[in-house]
Amino acid sequence: MQTVKMVVTGPFSSGKTQFIQTVSEIDVVATERKISSESERIKETTTVAMDFGRITVDDDLVLYLFGTPGQKRFDFMWEILSEGMLGFVVMVDSSRPETFREARRILETFRAYAPTPYVVTANKQDLEDAWDPNDMRIALRLSPEVKLLPCIATEKESVKNALLELLYSILERMES
Amino acid sequence: MALKGNLRDFSFSQLLNLISLAKKTGTLEVHGPNKAASIYFDSGKLSYAQNNKLDYGLAAILLRSEKLTDKQYQVIREKANNIGDKELGLMLINSNYVTQEEILESLKKEFVSTANDLFTWEEGIFHFENNLRPSSDKISLLINLENIIIEGSRQLKELERLQDEIPSLDMALKFTDNPGTNIRNVNLSVKEWRVVSFINPKNTMRQIARTTKLNELEFRRIVYSLIQAGLVELIRPDGAELPSPKIPTLPVEDSEEQKSLVNRLITRIRSL
Repeated sequence: MQTVKMVVTGPFSSGKTQFIQTVSEIDVVATERKISSESERIKETTTVAMDFGRITVDDDLVLYLFGTPGQKRFDFMWEILSEGMLGFVVMVDSSRPETFREARRILETFRAYAPTPYVVTANKQDLEDAWDPNDMRIALRLSPEVKLLPCIATEKESVKNALLELLYSILERMES
Repeated sequence: MALKGNLRDFSFSQLLNLISLAKKTGTLEVHGPNKAASIYFDSGKLSYAQNNKLDYGLAAILLRSEKLTDKQYQVIREKANNIGDKELGLMLINSNYVTQEEILESLKKEFVSTANDLFTWEEGIFHFENNLRPSSDKISLLINLENIIIEGSRQLKELERLQDEIPSLDMALKFTDNPGTNIRNVNLSVKEWRVVSFINPKNTMRQIARTTKLNELEFRRIVYSLIQAGLVELIRPDGAELPSPKIPTLPVEDSEEQKSLVNRLITRIRSL
Protein backbone atom coordinates (compact mmCIF):
# COMPACT_ATOMS: atom_id res chain seq x y z
CA MET A 1 0.00 0.00 0.00
CA GLN A 2 1.36 3.39 -1.04
CA THR A 3 0.54 6.44 1.05
CA VAL A 4 0.96 10.13 0.35
CA LYS A 5 0.18 13.07 2.57
CA MET A 6 -0.89 16.67 2.33
CA VAL A 7 -0.80 19.17 5.15
CA VAL A 8 -3.57 21.65 5.90
CA THR A 9 -2.27 24.58 7.89
CA GLY A 10 -3.33 28.09 8.84
CA PRO A 11 -3.94 30.33 11.83
CA PHE A 12 -6.10 29.46 14.79
CA SER A 13 -9.77 28.98 13.83
CA SER A 14 -9.17 29.28 10.10
CA GLY A 15 -11.20 26.13 9.37
CA LYS A 16 -8.55 23.42 9.01
CA THR A 17 -10.45 20.74 10.90
CA GLN A 18 -13.64 21.45 8.94
CA PHE A 19 -11.74 21.36 5.64
CA ILE A 20 -10.44 17.85 6.36
CA GLN A 21 -13.76 16.64 7.78
CA THR A 22 -15.61 17.67 4.62
CA VAL A 23 -13.69 15.28 2.35
CA SER A 24 -12.37 12.61 4.67
CA GLU A 25 -13.94 9.17 4.33
CA ILE A 26 -13.25 8.45 7.98
CA ASP A 27 -14.30 10.51 10.95
CA VAL A 28 -11.45 12.89 11.41
CA VAL A 29 -9.18 11.79 14.20
CA ALA A 30 -9.25 15.20 15.83
CA THR A 31 -7.41 15.83 19.04
CA GLU A 32 -9.39 18.80 20.26
CA ARG A 33 -9.30 20.33 23.71
CA LYS A 34 -11.10 23.15 25.43
CA ILE A 35 -9.28 26.42 24.92
CA SER A 36 -7.39 27.75 27.92
CA SER A 37 -6.16 31.05 26.49
CA GLU A 38 -8.68 33.89 26.85
CA SER A 39 -7.32 35.70 23.81
CA GLU A 40 -7.98 32.67 21.65
CA ARG A 41 -11.42 31.94 23.07
CA ILE A 42 -13.42 32.62 19.95
CA LYS A 43 -14.40 28.97 19.73
CA GLU A 44 -14.83 26.32 22.36
CA THR A 45 -12.20 23.79 21.30
CA THR A 46 -8.99 23.73 19.29
CA THR A 47 -6.70 21.13 17.78
CA VAL A 48 -3.77 20.44 20.08
CA ALA A 49 -1.90 17.76 18.16
CA MET A 50 -3.21 17.21 14.67
CA ASP A 51 -6.25 16.32 12.66
CA PHE A 52 -6.03 13.29 10.53
CA GLY A 53 -8.26 12.47 7.55
CA ARG A 54 -8.08 9.82 4.86
CA ILE A 55 -9.10 9.45 1.22
CA THR A 56 -8.64 6.00 -0.31
CA VAL A 57 -7.69 6.38 -3.96
CA ASP A 58 -7.68 2.70 -4.93
CA ASP A 59 -6.50 -0.64 -3.58
CA ASP A 60 -2.93 0.52 -3.74
CA LEU A 61 -2.95 4.21 -2.81
CA VAL A 62 -4.18 6.27 0.15
CA LEU A 63 -4.05 10.03 0.63
CA TYR A 64 -3.77 11.31 4.19
CA LEU A 65 -4.67 14.84 5.16
CA PHE A 66 -2.98 16.25 8.24
CA GLY A 67 -4.16 19.41 9.93
CA THR A 68 -1.71 21.38 12.00
CA PRO A 69 -2.57 22.70 15.45
CA GLY A 70 -3.79 26.28 15.25
CA GLN A 71 -2.31 27.70 18.40
CA LYS A 72 1.14 29.23 18.30
CA ARG A 73 2.55 27.21 21.17
CA PHE A 74 2.28 24.03 19.11
CA ASP A 75 4.51 25.38 16.33
CA PHE A 76 7.09 22.71 17.09
CA MET A 77 4.75 20.17 15.45
CA TRP A 78 4.99 21.84 12.05
CA GLU A 79 8.42 20.59 11.08
CA ILE A 80 7.45 17.03 11.92
CA LEU A 81 4.20 17.28 9.97
CA SER A 82 5.77 18.85 6.91
CA GLU A 83 8.28 16.06 6.45
CA GLY A 84 7.55 14.06 3.31
CA MET A 85 4.43 15.97 2.35
CA LEU A 86 3.19 16.21 -1.22
CA GLY A 87 2.12 19.80 -0.79
CA PHE A 88 0.21 22.02 1.61
CA VAL A 89 -2.90 24.14 1.89
CA VAL A 90 -2.79 27.38 3.87
CA MET A 91 -6.24 28.21 5.22
CA VAL A 92 -7.03 31.84 5.96
CA ASP A 93 -10.24 33.05 7.60
CA SER A 94 -11.42 35.75 5.16
CA SER A 95 -13.47 37.44 7.86
CA ARG A 96 -10.63 37.89 10.36
CA PRO A 97 -8.00 40.25 8.95
CA GLU A 98 -6.26 40.25 12.32
CA THR A 99 -5.05 36.72 11.46
CA PHE A 100 -3.57 37.61 8.06
CA ARG A 101 -0.14 38.43 9.47
CA GLU A 102 -0.09 35.11 11.30
CA ALA A 103 -1.12 33.37 8.05
CA ARG A 104 1.85 34.92 6.27
CA ARG A 105 4.17 33.81 9.05
CA ILE A 106 2.86 30.24 8.80
CA LEU A 107 3.18 30.26 5.02
CA GLU A 108 6.79 31.46 5.21
CA THR A 109 7.61 28.87 7.85
CA PHE A 110 6.20 26.00 5.84
CA ARG A 111 7.91 27.20 2.69
CA ALA A 112 11.18 27.19 4.60
CA TYR A 113 10.62 23.67 5.95
CA ALA A 114 9.72 22.24 2.58
CA PRO A 115 9.51 24.28 -0.64
CA THR A 116 6.80 22.01 -2.02
CA PRO A 117 3.78 23.28 -3.99
CA TYR A 118 1.03 24.97 -2.01
CA VAL A 119 -2.24 26.84 -2.39
CA VAL A 120 -3.81 29.47 -0.15
CA THR A 121 -7.54 29.35 0.51
CA ALA A 122 -9.63 32.38 1.40
CA ASN A 123 -11.96 30.44 3.67
CA LYS A 124 -15.36 31.40 5.10
CA GLN A 125 -16.30 33.29 1.95
CA ASP A 126 -19.95 32.75 2.90
CA LEU A 127 -19.65 35.08 5.88
CA GLU A 128 -20.87 38.63 5.60
CA ASP A 129 -17.55 40.09 6.78
CA ALA A 130 -15.45 38.04 4.38
CA TRP A 131 -12.82 39.98 2.49
CA ASP A 132 -12.67 39.82 -1.27
CA PRO A 133 -9.90 37.38 -2.32
CA ASN A 134 -8.33 40.10 -4.49
CA ASP A 135 -8.01 42.34 -1.44
CA MET A 136 -6.68 39.41 0.56
CA ARG A 137 -3.99 38.79 -2.04
CA ILE A 138 -2.71 42.31 -1.47
CA ALA A 139 -3.02 42.09 2.32
CA LEU A 140 -1.24 38.73 2.38
CA ARG A 141 1.33 40.03 -0.12
CA LEU A 142 0.96 37.00 -2.34
CA SER A 143 2.62 37.21 -5.72
CA PRO A 144 0.39 36.68 -8.79
CA GLU A 145 1.62 33.12 -9.39
CA VAL A 146 0.43 31.92 -5.96
CA LYS A 147 -3.01 30.32 -6.16
CA LEU A 148 -5.44 32.05 -3.79
CA LEU A 149 -8.73 30.18 -3.91
CA PRO A 150 -12.09 31.30 -2.54
CA CYS A 151 -13.29 28.57 -0.20
CA ILE A 152 -16.11 27.49 2.08
CA ALA A 153 -14.72 24.56 4.03
CA THR A 154 -18.17 23.16 4.83
CA GLU A 155 -18.87 22.67 1.12
CA LYS A 156 -17.40 19.61 -0.54
CA GLU A 157 -17.01 21.15 -4.02
CA SER A 158 -15.07 24.03 -2.56
CA VAL A 159 -12.66 21.74 -0.68
CA LYS A 160 -12.31 19.48 -3.73
CA ASN A 161 -11.40 22.51 -5.82
CA ALA A 162 -8.65 23.50 -3.40
CA LEU A 163 -7.19 19.98 -3.36
CA LEU A 164 -7.39 19.69 -7.14
CA GLU A 165 -5.65 23.03 -7.67
CA LEU A 166 -2.88 21.85 -5.36
CA LEU A 167 -2.57 18.59 -7.31
CA TYR A 168 -2.43 20.53 -10.61
CA SER A 169 0.41 22.60 -9.15
CA ILE A 170 2.22 19.42 -8.12
CA LEU A 171 1.81 18.03 -11.62
CA GLU A 172 3.10 21.28 -13.13
CA ARG A 173 6.14 21.18 -10.85
CA MET A 174 6.88 17.64 -12.05
CA GLU A 175 6.59 18.60 -15.67
CA SER A 176 8.72 21.76 -15.40
CA MET B 1 26.75 41.84 46.13
CA ALA B 2 27.59 42.04 42.46
CA LEU B 3 24.73 42.73 40.14
CA LYS B 4 25.61 40.69 37.10
CA GLY B 5 24.02 38.20 34.77
CA ASN B 6 22.64 37.82 31.27
CA LEU B 7 19.78 39.77 29.67
CA ARG B 8 18.50 36.41 28.47
CA ASP B 9 17.59 35.56 32.06
CA PHE B 10 16.99 39.00 33.54
CA SER B 11 15.52 41.50 31.09
CA PHE B 12 16.63 45.08 30.66
CA SER B 13 13.28 46.39 31.89
CA GLN B 14 13.64 44.30 35.06
CA LEU B 15 17.12 45.75 35.54
CA LEU B 16 15.91 49.32 35.10
CA ASN B 17 13.09 48.69 37.51
CA LEU B 18 15.53 47.38 40.10
CA ILE B 19 17.94 50.30 39.64
CA SER B 20 15.07 52.77 39.91
CA LEU B 21 13.55 51.23 43.04
CA ALA B 22 16.92 50.82 44.78
CA LYS B 23 17.93 54.35 43.69
CA LYS B 24 21.28 53.01 42.59
CA THR B 25 24.26 55.05 41.48
CA GLY B 26 26.79 53.44 39.16
CA THR B 27 27.37 52.08 35.69
CA LEU B 28 25.64 49.23 33.94
CA GLU B 29 27.96 47.66 31.38
CA VAL B 30 26.31 45.36 28.87
CA HIS B 31 28.23 43.25 26.34
CA GLY B 32 26.20 41.63 23.58
CA PRO B 33 27.46 39.34 20.80
CA ASN B 34 28.53 42.24 18.54
CA LYS B 35 27.94 45.34 20.58
CA ALA B 36 28.36 46.85 23.99
CA ALA B 37 26.83 49.72 25.93
CA SER B 38 27.45 51.62 29.14
CA ILE B 39 24.53 53.19 30.97
CA TYR B 40 25.20 55.48 33.90
CA PHE B 41 22.77 56.08 36.75
CA ASP B 42 22.63 58.59 39.57
CA SER B 43 20.27 57.88 42.48
CA GLY B 44 18.12 55.63 40.31
CA LYS B 45 17.95 58.02 37.37
CA LEU B 46 19.59 57.78 33.96
CA SER B 47 22.51 60.20 33.85
CA TYR B 48 24.52 59.18 30.77
CA ALA B 49 24.56 56.45 28.11
CA GLN B 50 26.78 55.36 25.28
CA ASN B 51 27.26 52.38 23.02
CA ASN B 52 30.56 51.34 21.52
CA LYS B 53 29.42 51.70 17.92
CA LEU B 54 29.06 55.47 17.93
CA ASP B 55 31.19 58.50 18.64
CA TYR B 56 29.80 59.86 21.90
CA GLY B 57 31.53 63.23 21.88
CA LEU B 58 29.14 66.17 22.23
CA ALA B 59 29.88 67.35 18.68
CA ALA B 60 28.90 63.94 17.24
CA ILE B 61 25.71 63.87 19.31
CA LEU B 62 24.75 67.36 18.09
CA LEU B 63 25.49 66.33 14.52
CA ARG B 64 23.22 63.28 14.84
CA SER B 65 20.41 65.42 16.22
CA GLU B 66 20.94 67.86 13.34
CA LYS B 67 21.88 70.76 15.56
CA LEU B 68 25.25 71.02 13.81
CA THR B 69 26.00 70.74 10.11
CA ASP B 70 28.63 68.38 8.70
CA LYS B 71 30.88 71.33 8.04
CA GLN B 72 30.56 72.70 11.58
CA TYR B 73 31.25 69.23 12.94
CA GLN B 74 34.40 68.88 10.84
CA VAL B 75 35.68 72.27 12.02
CA ILE B 76 35.09 71.31 15.66
CA ARG B 77 36.82 67.97 15.14
CA GLU B 78 39.85 69.72 13.69
CA LYS B 79 40.13 72.66 16.06
CA ALA B 80 38.66 71.48 19.33
CA ASN B 81 39.23 67.77 19.35
CA ASN B 82 40.95 67.73 22.72
CA ILE B 83 38.52 69.68 24.81
CA GLY B 84 35.88 68.08 27.00
CA ASP B 85 32.16 68.13 26.38
CA LYS B 86 31.37 70.67 29.09
CA GLU B 87 33.90 73.15 27.75
CA LEU B 88 32.83 72.53 24.17
CA GLY B 89 29.20 73.04 25.14
CA LEU B 90 29.97 76.42 26.67
CA MET B 91 31.94 77.45 23.59
CA LEU B 92 29.09 76.46 21.27
CA ILE B 93 26.52 78.32 23.39
CA ASN B 94 28.70 81.44 23.61
CA SER B 95 29.30 81.45 19.88
CA ASN B 96 25.53 81.06 19.25
CA TYR B 97 25.87 77.73 17.43
CA VAL B 98 23.33 76.12 19.75
CA THR B 99 21.37 76.96 22.88
CA GLN B 100 21.71 75.23 26.24
CA GLU B 101 18.23 73.74 25.79
CA GLU B 102 19.21 72.28 22.43
CA ILE B 103 22.28 70.62 23.95
CA LEU B 104 20.30 69.15 26.84
CA GLU B 105 17.50 68.02 24.55
CA SER B 106 19.97 66.34 22.15
CA LEU B 107 21.76 64.58 25.00
CA LYS B 108 18.49 63.36 26.49
CA LYS B 109 17.33 62.04 23.12
CA GLU B 110 20.65 60.26 22.59
CA PHE B 111 20.78 58.69 26.07
CA VAL B 112 17.16 57.54 25.92
CA SER B 113 17.68 56.11 22.44
CA THR B 114 20.75 54.18 23.65
CA ALA B 115 18.79 52.84 26.60
CA ASN B 116 15.81 51.97 24.39
CA ASP B 117 18.05 49.98 22.08
CA LEU B 118 18.92 47.68 24.99
CA PHE B 119 15.28 46.59 25.27
CA THR B 120 15.74 44.80 21.95
CA TRP B 121 18.82 42.82 22.99
CA GLU B 122 17.90 39.22 23.48
CA GLU B 123 21.13 38.47 25.27
CA GLY B 124 24.11 40.28 26.72
CA ILE B 125 26.31 39.88 29.76
CA PHE B 126 25.65 42.71 32.19
CA HIS B 127 27.51 43.97 35.20
CA PHE B 128 26.63 46.88 37.47
CA GLU B 129 29.57 48.75 38.94
CA ASN B 130 28.45 50.70 42.01
CA ASN B 131 29.35 54.39 42.21
CA LEU B 132 31.16 54.47 38.86
CA ARG B 133 30.16 57.74 37.18
CA PRO B 134 30.88 59.21 33.74
CA SER B 135 34.14 61.14 33.46
CA SER B 136 33.98 64.68 34.81
CA ASP B 137 34.21 66.34 31.38
CA LYS B 138 30.94 64.70 30.27
CA ILE B 139 27.58 66.45 30.64
CA SER B 140 25.29 64.24 32.68
CA LEU B 141 21.54 64.55 33.15
CA LEU B 142 18.93 63.13 35.51
CA ILE B 143 16.20 61.33 33.57
CA ASN B 144 13.41 59.41 35.32
CA LEU B 145 13.38 55.72 34.43
CA GLU B 146 9.62 55.13 34.61
CA ASN B 147 8.92 56.67 31.22
CA ILE B 148 11.88 54.87 29.67
CA ILE B 149 10.61 51.52 30.96
CA ILE B 150 7.10 52.16 29.65
CA GLU B 151 8.28 53.53 26.31
CA GLY B 152 10.90 50.76 25.92
CA SER B 153 8.33 48.05 26.56
CA ARG B 154 6.01 49.69 24.03
CA GLN B 155 8.80 49.80 21.46
CA LEU B 156 9.66 46.18 22.13
CA LYS B 157 6.10 45.22 21.24
CA GLU B 158 6.33 47.36 18.11
CA LEU B 159 9.61 45.69 17.19
CA GLU B 160 8.07 42.24 17.61
CA ARG B 161 5.29 43.29 15.27
CA LEU B 162 7.76 44.70 12.75
CA GLN B 163 9.79 41.48 12.94
CA ASP B 164 6.63 39.63 11.98
CA GLU B 165 6.13 41.97 9.03
CA ILE B 166 9.77 41.89 7.91
CA PRO B 167 11.04 38.54 9.17
CA SER B 168 14.57 38.74 7.74
CA LEU B 169 16.92 41.65 7.14
CA ASP B 170 18.85 39.44 4.70
CA MET B 171 16.34 40.30 1.99
CA ALA B 172 16.86 43.26 -0.33
CA LEU B 173 14.55 46.06 -1.41
CA LYS B 174 13.59 47.36 -4.81
CA PHE B 175 11.41 50.22 -5.94
CA THR B 176 8.01 49.06 -7.11
CA ASP B 177 7.02 49.47 -10.71
CA ASN B 178 3.72 51.15 -9.82
CA PRO B 179 2.95 53.66 -12.54
CA GLY B 180 2.19 57.08 -11.11
CA THR B 181 4.28 56.62 -7.99
CA ASN B 182 7.20 58.96 -7.92
CA ILE B 183 9.26 58.85 -4.78
CA ARG B 184 10.40 62.43 -5.40
CA ASN B 185 6.86 63.61 -4.72
CA VAL B 186 6.67 61.88 -1.36
CA ASN B 187 7.55 63.76 1.81
CA LEU B 188 10.33 61.78 3.42
CA SER B 189 12.42 62.58 6.49
CA VAL B 190 16.21 62.81 6.31
CA LYS B 191 16.55 59.31 7.78
CA GLU B 192 14.05 57.90 5.29
CA TRP B 193 15.94 59.51 2.41
CA ARG B 194 19.13 58.02 3.74
CA VAL B 195 17.58 54.55 3.60
CA VAL B 196 16.02 55.21 0.19
CA SER B 197 19.39 56.25 -1.23
CA PHE B 198 20.78 52.76 -0.57
CA ILE B 199 17.84 50.80 -1.98
CA ASN B 200 19.23 48.49 -4.60
CA PRO B 201 18.68 44.77 -5.22
CA LYS B 202 22.37 44.24 -4.46
CA ASN B 203 22.13 45.62 -0.91
CA THR B 204 20.57 43.54 1.83
CA MET B 205 18.54 45.42 4.42
CA ARG B 206 21.09 44.42 7.03
CA GLN B 207 23.82 46.18 5.02
CA ILE B 208 21.65 49.28 4.62
CA ALA B 209 20.86 49.37 8.35
CA ARG B 210 24.56 49.10 9.18
CA THR B 211 25.57 51.79 6.68
CA THR B 212 22.88 54.24 7.75
CA LYS B 213 23.70 53.58 11.44
CA LEU B 214 20.02 53.30 12.31
CA ASN B 215 19.00 51.06 15.16
CA GLU B 216 16.91 48.01 14.29
CA LEU B 217 13.60 49.52 15.38
CA GLU B 218 14.12 52.77 13.46
CA PHE B 219 15.25 50.91 10.38
CA ARG B 220 12.40 48.39 10.37
CA ARG B 221 9.92 51.21 10.99
CA ILE B 222 11.19 53.10 7.93
CA VAL B 223 11.20 50.02 5.70
CA TYR B 224 7.73 49.05 6.88
CA SER B 225 6.35 52.51 6.08
CA LEU B 226 7.96 52.44 2.61
CA ILE B 227 6.45 49.00 1.94
CA GLN B 228 3.04 50.06 3.23
CA ALA B 229 3.16 53.16 1.02
CA GLY B 230 3.73 50.86 -1.96
CA LEU B 231 7.05 52.51 -2.78
CA VAL B 232 9.30 49.49 -2.29
CA GLU B 233 9.00 45.74 -2.16
CA LEU B 234 11.02 42.94 -0.63
CA ILE B 235 13.07 40.82 -2.99
CA ARG B 236 15.78 38.23 -2.74
CA PRO B 237 19.14 40.00 -3.03
CA ASP B 238 21.02 39.76 -6.34
CA GLY B 239 23.41 36.85 -6.28
CA ALA B 240 21.67 35.04 -3.43
CA GLU B 241 20.99 31.41 -4.10
CA LEU B 242 17.37 30.52 -4.71
CA PRO B 243 16.11 27.58 -2.67
CA SER B 244 15.54 24.87 -5.21
CA PRO B 245 11.85 24.04 -5.59
CA LYS B 246 11.35 20.63 -4.17
CA ILE B 247 9.73 17.86 -6.10
CA PRO B 248 7.10 16.48 -3.72
CA THR B 249 7.92 13.30 -1.88
CA LEU B 250 6.26 10.36 -3.58
CA PRO B 251 6.42 6.66 -2.88
CA VAL B 252 7.56 5.95 -6.46
CA GLU B 253 10.80 7.15 -8.06
CA ASP B 254 10.17 6.99 -11.79
CA SER B 255 8.88 10.35 -13.05
CA GLU B 256 6.18 8.78 -15.26
CA GLU B 257 4.96 6.70 -12.33
CA GLN B 258 4.94 9.82 -10.18
CA LYS B 259 2.77 11.65 -12.70
CA SER B 260 0.50 8.66 -12.95
CA LEU B 261 0.13 8.62 -9.15
CA VAL B 262 -0.80 12.31 -9.06
CA ASN B 263 -3.29 11.77 -11.89
CA ARG B 264 -4.89 8.95 -9.90
CA LEU B 265 -5.22 11.33 -6.97
CA ILE B 266 -6.82 13.94 -9.23
CA THR B 267 -9.32 11.44 -10.62
CA ARG B 268 -10.23 10.29 -7.12
CA ILE B 269 -10.71 13.81 -5.73
CA ARG B 270 -12.87 14.74 -8.74
CA SER B 271 -15.08 11.75 -8.04
CA LEU B 272 -15.72 12.62 -4.39
